[in-house]
Amino acid sequence: MIKNSLASISDVAIYPVISLSIFVAFFVLLGYMVFRADKKYIKHMEEMPLTDEVYQKD
Amino acid sequence: MRLFTKPLLSSSSSDSSGALEGFYYDNKIVKAFIIVTVIFGVVGMLAGLTAALQLFWPAANLNLPYTTFGRLRPLHTNAIIFAFVGNGMFAGVYYSTQRLLKGPMLSPILSWIHFWGWQLIIVGAAVSLPLGMTTGKEYAELEWPIDIAITLVWVVFAINFIGAIIKRRERHMYVALWFYIATIVTIALLHIVNSLALPVTLFKSYTLFAGVQDALVQWWYGHNAVAFFLTTPILGLMYYFLPKAANRPVYSYKLSIIHFWSLIFLYIWAGPHHLLYTSLPDWAQSLGTVFSIMLLAPSWGGMLNGLLTLRGAWDRVRENPVLKFFVVAVTAYGMTTFEGPMLSLKNVNAISHYTDWTIAHVHIGGLGWNGFMTFGMFYYLVPKMWRTNLYSVKLANIHFWLGTLGIIFYALPLYWAGFTQSLMWKEFTKDGFLAYPNFLETVTQILPMYMARAFGGTLYLAGTLVMVYNLMKTAGSGEFLAHEYDEAPALNHKLKVGGAFHTILERKPVLFTVLSFVAVLIGGVVEFLPTWLIDSNVPTIASVKPYTPLELEGRDIYVREGCYNCHSQMIRPFRSETERYGEYSKSGEFVYDHPFQWGSKRTGPDLHRQGGKYPDSWHYNHMLEPTSMSPGSIMPAYPWLFDDELNTANTATKINTMRTLGVPYEEGYEDQAVADLTEQAEGISKNLADAKIKVGKEKEIIALIAYLQRMGTDIKNEATALK
Repeated sequence: MIKNSLASISDVAIYPVISLSIFVAFFVLLGYMVFRADKKYIKHMEEMPLTDEVYQKD
Repeated sequence: MRLFTKPLLSSSSSDSSGALEGFYYDNKIVKAFIIVTVIFGVVGMLAGLTAALQLFWPAANLNLPYTTFGRLRPLHTNAIIFAFVGNGMFAGVYYSTQRLLKGPMLSPILSWIHFWGWQLIIVGAAVSLPLGMTTGKEYAELEWPIDIAITLVWVVFAINFIGAIIKRRERHMYVALWFYIATIVTIALLHIVNSLALPVTLFKSYTLFAGVQDALVQWWYGHNAVAFFLTTPILGLMYYFLPKAANRPVYSYKLSIIHFWSLIFLYIWAGPHHLLYTSLPDWAQSLGTVFSIMLLAPSWGGMLNGLLTLRGAWDRVRENPVLKFFVVAVTAYGMTTFEGPMLSLKNVNAISHYTDWTIAHVHIGGLGWNGFMTFGMFYYLVPKMWRTNLYSVKLANIHFWLGTLGIIFYALPLYWAGFTQSLMWKEFTKDGFLAYPNFLETVTQILPMYMARAFGGTLYLAGTLVMVYNLMKTAGSGEFLAHEYDEAPALNHKLKVGGAFHTILERKPVLFTVLSFVAVLIGGVVEFLPTWLIDSNVPTIASVKPYTPLELEGRDIYVREGCYNCHSQMIRPFRSETERYGEYSKSGEFVYDHPFQWGSKRTGPDLHRQGGKYPDSWHYNHMLEPTSMSPGSIMPAYPWLFDDELNTANTATKINTMRTLGVPYEEGYEDQAVADLTEQAEGISKNLADAKIKVGKEKEIIALIAYLQRMGTDIKNEATALK
């Protein structure tokens, strides 16, 4: 049933167009988010592996 | 736009949370995973070395079916991928996750179910693969009961991990954890889809997909197993252990955000680059190539992020073995992820595909990236968890140089072998004939390179053994800390904390997991839907008919013996190939092939047009003693096929299963199948008798000959019909 309805799609070329649109939108959004990220927060995250033994008691 | 600019109320966990809580990190599970990693690493490398020896010294198979190349190579790849890298990854994940979340895993019981379950799966693989129980799909050879066990154990791991994240005391998830999340969801998806099969018996199944579709699904899996089992978790480990060992924060956390999302988003699309110039639809091949090229950007972003973390700390690389291993690992990652996109270019792939170039490429990744990351991590973890210093820095340095030289001695000869063989395959005389019409000439030419490769592998293994000694001495000199105490403030979930979108995302593990899943799903869906659902992608050829029962049984022997490890069944549309092998392969010829057997390496020639090329007696003698027909051949002999009788007890079930999968055997044919099988076997037995070879019609070799003589012949019938 699904197979038959999809078989009638005349233009499979729509797939690459959809792919490209998703791709571009994805990276524009990602770039924007990263560009606007909070510096203090970034610094906190960066240092996370180094500070995970702060409380450690020998 | 408020979503992106809302100020962060608080960025650190200490001032946004409740009272200080004490808890213990579970080091015992990490220790257990380290021990099995080392054991299975040595076993997997030994299997690889034995397989490498057989390529110039076939007698190294001990004349046993269990240790013959076709069965040993899957054992090697499965052991290295799932037992060595897998267990090593789990060790690192269990260590880093607890510390990054400020708390133990969800449940120690789940941790141990995960541990023992995974080891049982490995034992299952180590027994079943040498016995010839295989699906015939590369890196997914394990049969259906083991596949189900893998799924269950993976779910246990996922619950334990996601549960730990939900219980965490640290508000935000560090980048390493994102990579682990992506690994967990994507491996689940890949494994389940690619393993879909209908069981025939407890140890035999037929994959749900056939021919071109099976190839597409398999290489979507194969490529992304590299991506999400050998790359993303190891990148997560890099983001945790490299800054720790260098005592420097990661070079750029912002870059790591872009690295993560672009890597997981792009990787999944690139699978079809394993199928260039094959019968896969052209658009799918192009899609694979384009995304492979784009993949270079995030891969190198990640590599640079790793290497630049060492800025200002390079002097320490000279003294610290951990950093030495990490630097070579990350460099190897950079090299192999540069080479990958290059190999995805159709003009390069035309030369590289089916040759040892691919083997060299994956071993830069395997030995360099995976191996050295694991070794570096262990040199860091063992002294730390056993509260002591490394027993011998000198021995670690010896290991480093043995390993590095091992990689060079392994890879360079294989690059050389790959170029040489491919150019020989493609060379024509000035009269327009193949310069090397005998395939064997192109094999004997590169045997010295195979010897050099085995030497490289030996060096690498020797280095690993040095590490085993060093780590055991280190552990012996210290005292193992099974439960490590730490304190952190409880996380106040009610507290409103602002931040930009990704900041919020980093504290929403479930949403993060869902979005990662969506990111990897997009590529898969776009790739698969058209091929799965649109008929025109696999043009049908009227003359292509299902296999006879005897041929089907013969094909199962072909799969069991792992012939696909050395022989392709896919003639590419190049003049050099059609001259050598015959008409190029069409997608419609494979519609009844569950599983497809296109192969990925030609240690021997392509077999797709093998049918009818030689008399039955040639195949008989060749399988019994390959050098009798092809002097100098490195193919192993298969004497057991001449002793063992074909088991026809399941023939009827096989016909039924195939019919369920869409192969047009008539209703009720299963009752007649064995009679037809016997009749065809008698014919072959008679042919052989005419050539003065006496052999019972019930032997396995008869079935294999039937299959070999059928291969690629259907299309010839059509050509005859057209005339």
